[in-house]
Amino acid sequence: MITQLLFRALDRKAIWLVAALVFIAIAVPVANLWIPEGNPLYLPNYAVPLFGKYLNYALLALALDLVWGYCGILSLGHAAFFSLGGYAMGMYLMRQIGARGVYANPVLPDFMVFLNYKDLPWFWNGFDLWWFAFIMVLFVPGLLAFGFGWFAFRSRVTGVYLSIITQAMTYALLLAFFRNDLGLGGNNGLTDFKDILGFNVQAPATRATLFALSALFLALGVIICSAIVNSKLGKVMVAVRDGESRTRFLGWRPENVKLFAFVVSAMLAGVAGALYVPQVGIINPGEFDPGNSIEAVIWVAVGGRGTIIGPIVGAVLVNAGKSVFTGAFPDFWLYCLGGLFIFVTLFMPKGIVGLFARVRARKGKEASSAAESGEDPTTLNNSTKSLGKPEPAE
Amino acid sequence: MTERTETMLYLDGVSVSFDGFKALKNLSIIVQPNEMLAIIGPNGAGKTTMMDCITGKTRPDEGELYFDGRTDLTKLDEATIANLGIGRKFQKPTVFESHTIWDNLVLALKKPRGVFNALFYSQTAEDQARIEEILDTVRLSKRKDELAADLSHGQKQWLEVGMLLAQDPKLLLVDEPVAGMTDAETVETAKLLKDIAKTRSVVVVEHDMSFVRELGSRVTCLAEGSVLAEGTLDQVSANPMVIERYLGR
Repeated sequence: MITQLLFRALDRKAIWLVAALVFIAIAVPVANLWIPEGNPLYLPNYAVPLFGKYLNYALLALALDLVWGYCGILSLGHAAFFSLGGYAMGMYLMRQIGARGVYANPVLPDFMVFLNYKDLPWFWNGFDLWWFAFIMVLFVPGLLAFGFGWFAFRSRVTGVYLSIITQAMTYALLLAFFRNDLGLGGNNGLTDFKDILGFNVQAPATRATLFALSALFLALGVIICSAIVNSKLGKVMVAVRDGESRTRFLGWRPENVKLFAFVVSAMLAGVAGALYVPQVGIINPGEFDPGNSIEAVIWVAVGGRGTIIGPIVGAVLVNAGKSVFTGAFPDFWLYCLGGLFIFVTLFMPKGIVGLFARVRARKGKEASSAAESGEDPTTLNNSTKSLGKPEPAE
Repeated sequence: MTERTETMLYLDGVSVSFDGFKALKNLSIIVQPNEMLAIIGPNGAGKTTMMDCITGKTRPDEGELYFDGRTDLTKLDEATIANLGIGRKFQKPTVFESHTIWDNLVLALKKPRGVFNALFYSQTAEDQARIEEILDTVRLSKRKDELAADLSHGQKQWLEVGMLLAQDPKLLLVDEPVAGMTDAETVETAKLLKDIAKTRSVVVVEHDMSFVRELGSRVTCLAEGSVLAEGTLDQVSANPMVIERYLGR
């Protein structure tokens, strides 16, 4: 059963994508660690965690695309799942500091000593164990998504209303995590990490490994999402996206389908956040900012929603653009981002990937008038049809 | 008086109102197993509301609603009712346009509807044969790999009938099946529905009188949410009330 699922997951496009990710998982560490400085192929130390961050964002975008692009749930709160995964990892990293903190308390992290904590809050127990922390990376975002989705989808909250609630959810978490008495570092969040699994987080070799893991987990995410969307369940998801009540009259339960997609997506976002934190060295409540979730939606829209590769391309390109632009013209980045979103919504409803598919389909048609098989005519039809009129939000 | 337990569909005294507007008033309709019933009536007579009640989309304010003689439909939701064996074809053809014709039928095919059933589903030879058979019946075999969006209006209607067949329901509710069809297609559709009614119960809502004549079934005329007349088409269309309220002079 599982092998069959895996077989279906690895269609030609997914195989190429996974192969490419495995390649960069090897190539980037090699270029950083083994190629001598001065060689044109050498990758400087600062670039490794930067690229790693792009890949974590790509995994977040892929997770968002699973619910938005395939299931029609426009979540404007996915950064919450990303941040919760990040906090779970951050708590593990804090416990690894041990007595090396400024206050040298073997159990309590610095901020707790500073805030006069006498004991570790109960929910910090277990986070000194890596396996427990890694389970929590999946469990906490998954549980929140399950609880949220259970009530929202069962009460048939859809469309803009659902988007607003997801936005409110991440905002509520933002406010909660800002509070010092929550016991998670308040405003400053969790930082000053030293070790991960016994390796120094700052060391180039550790950073290269974290990069490789980011690429490999993204590849795993591609396989999981591809397996889901290529299965009959994936077809039901698209059916729910296009005609929820029709799906219901066929005997399906859209609320369960959505719940499944939402929970899987939240867990993938959690993993992305967990890989992000050791690479950037900090997690604070700012990550819950509603703007972050909206930015993730833009990555997906730019890359092309409803495709596996689209969100990855979108996340990497937009973030690379952000790195360049915020360096060159720091004041204009937000205008660019907003303009980009409007441009994409109006003129490229299928994103960059849709544009390529269209060009390819046109070439194919010129080459032979025979009907082309595969997915290209699909995207062509959809994109030309919705061209000119902005697509509904979900 | 017919025993409730022997009927396929049993509506007794069903009333529904929306914001004070009475869409259904004390409506009583009975459909026997393997029987076809055609429902006619002017716009706003409550035909679609009746279907909404049967399929669980709308809850009746009053009245009894039983399927297969014993299942109380007023307490169940859409998905449960669909899985009990009530299939519905909508007035406006609603197929999944971004799926192929084949996939539309795969989604409708009678199979366990759980999330994990769907995730681990793989098409058996038996399923494929069944879908091929349905495609033959609705004459879409040649276009099975095309997107449903590319079908003509009439073909979408047929695909939807095919999806109904794939669900293998005991009772079919068919809302205006021949809207937008050519005369030849209309005749074919009547033939197909008559064929289906040999083994299942079928309720057809239709405005096209020649099509209703073609069906040759029992006819019920609704007006303002209740039954105006019942009988054969000739009896119903000779009824002076029906002439005044629906057919016109």
